[in-house]
Amino acid sequence: MAEGTAGEKAIDVTGVVKRYGDKTVVCDVDLSVRAGERMVLIGHNGAGKTTLMKLMLGLTHPDAGSVRVLGSNPATAAAEQRRAIGYLPESVAFHSAMQGREVLAFYARLKGVSADECRSILAQVGLDQAADRRVSTYSKGMRQRLGLAQAMLGKPRLLFLDEPTSGLDPSLRKQFYDLIDTLSLSGTTSLTSSHSLNEVEARADRIAIMKSGAIVACGTLAELSQQTDLPIVVRLRVTANQASTVAERLAAMGDIHRVNDHGIELSCLGTGKMALFRQVAGLGEVIEDMDVLPPRLDDIYNHYMENQQPQ
Amino acid sequence: MKAIGILAMNEFLDGLRNRWVAAAIILLGATALALLLVGSAPTGTTRAGALDVSVVSLTSLSVYLLPLIALLLSFDALVGEFERGTMLLLLTYPVARWQVIMGKFFGHMMILLAAVAVGYGGAAAITVLFTDNGIEGWQAYATMMGSSLLLGAVFIALGYLVSVLVRERSTAAGAAIVLWLIFVVLYDLALLGLLLADHEQRIGQALFSTLMLVSPSDTYRLLNLTAFESVGQVAGIAGVAARSGFGVPLLVGLMTAWVVLPLAATMAVFHRREL
Repeated sequence: MAEGTAGEKAIDVTGVVKRYGDKTVVCDVDLSVRAGERMVLIGHNGAGKTTLMKLMLGLTHPDAGSVRVLGSNPATAAAEQRRAIGYLPESVAFHSAMQGREVLAFYARLKGVSADECRSILAQVGLDQAADRRVSTYSKGMRQRLGLAQAMLGKPRLLFLDEPTSGLDPSLRKQFYDLIDTLSLSGTTSLTSSHSLNEVEARADRIAIMKSGAIVACGTLAELSQQTDLPIVVRLRVTANQASTVAERLAAMGDIHRVNDHGIELSCLGTGKMALFRQVAGLGEVIEDMDVLPPRLDDIYNHYMENQQPQ
Repeated sequence: MKAIGILAMNEFLDGLRNRWVAAAIILLGATALALLLVGSAPTGTTRAGALDVSVVSLTSLSVYLLPLIALLLSFDALVGEFERGTMLLLLTYPVARWQVIMGKFFGHMMILLAAVAVGYGGAAAITVLFTDNGIEGWQAYATMMGSSLLLGAVFIALGYLVSVLVRERSTAAGAAIVLWLIFVVLYDLALLGLLLADHEQRIGQALFSTLMLVSPSDTYRLLNLTAFESVGQVAGIAGVAARSGFGVPLLVGLMTAWVVLPLAATMAVFHRREL
């Protein structure tokens, strides 16, 4: 088996359908993740992100379509195959009577990971001080870090992280994503689901947006913003009392949102962007400053949530 | 194989941590010791030794206690992990589903083994060492210990089946109690009632013995009270034993089937279960 070659797909999902009763939770999803890629799955609650992950982990079986993970079907692959996979479930739970160290040692033994590696992982996630305490005394953040620690065991080639930062404070979130970035630098493929959009913006190679069980968009952030063709917001600072004059001259170039005596906010489509910039440059000294705000992931996300109907 | 060992050890350590092992040892040890000391009193005048005598009373006791302990250990084993979410994570590890069941089974059996060996074994050792009873009858006593473990295994397996079939822990707890009542209390009462109602004595010895084989706890009783003549005499069912004609291999085989079949069914259901 020539696994791990360049450009190989770590995950390849085609035409997958999953129904629970008469409710279709995942409908006709195609998704492929290249080896080494950081893929982020974004969607509202109940969009099917967790179910899609469970399908990829072989915990449930698709009603139609095929799921290939690291080159084989996760539902029928030998248990050994799972040695190369790490998973952090949404709201991870452990035996609460066990100490943090014991929990990690248990999972490490199952994966055939040495006690030394356990110790270093505990230090990496910042739990070495609390390792001898019972898990029942852990805070949400500590449990989540223990969850990440077990997912990191055995240097997995593929990581599934289901809303890893929900319920964590901002500084913990940053630590969390820094750890995940460190892993992906060493070549680990990751699939992270989230509904906090802005925090993953800089952390994703590609983003897939899920809505009501379907993937409505997939690509890099730049590709997504191009596809949506959302307006760019431009803020101008103008010499006092000139704002209304300037606004009149720019009215043809975009939508004016606000005008006050020394500022203008307007938006234009990506295609009209350069024409607007040239016009602004032509106004000379009257324009004191200019800010260009490209559409953010939030805007793109909202665009898809509001407009796109799943096929 | 290694995975099963790791899971079994984890289950056993869990039993030590939450004092299950200690509680079971104390429960079995204390009752066995009490019965042994009572049983050792009249040994001067009968042919039976303390161990022989106590096998009868301990059998009657174990028939209630071991299924209870076994079900308490097992009813939660699967549904509890489904509910807490720990099963979800476990199944993404390099462990097959049947290995999860076997791991838990061996772990729980280790807990029962500790309880029976230390509890019953310890009580017997104390009796032999500190009273003037000899060790005659130890074979019957050892058989009682072994078959008690087997009885425990039956109810652990049945508990798993309940645990994998229901959706909630509370349902599993209720079903476990019903299971215990049926096999340990109600079935025997029904048999008794049948005999009482049978004025014309149409139920022969053979039919009655066969009916007893339906319930694993009665099979356990038959096994202990008929395997050794000395015990049978004390128990007063020597006649039943002689005419029942069931050999030890048949009785042990039946109880083993009561372990294997529910375990296999549990694995089959678990294998198809979607998380």
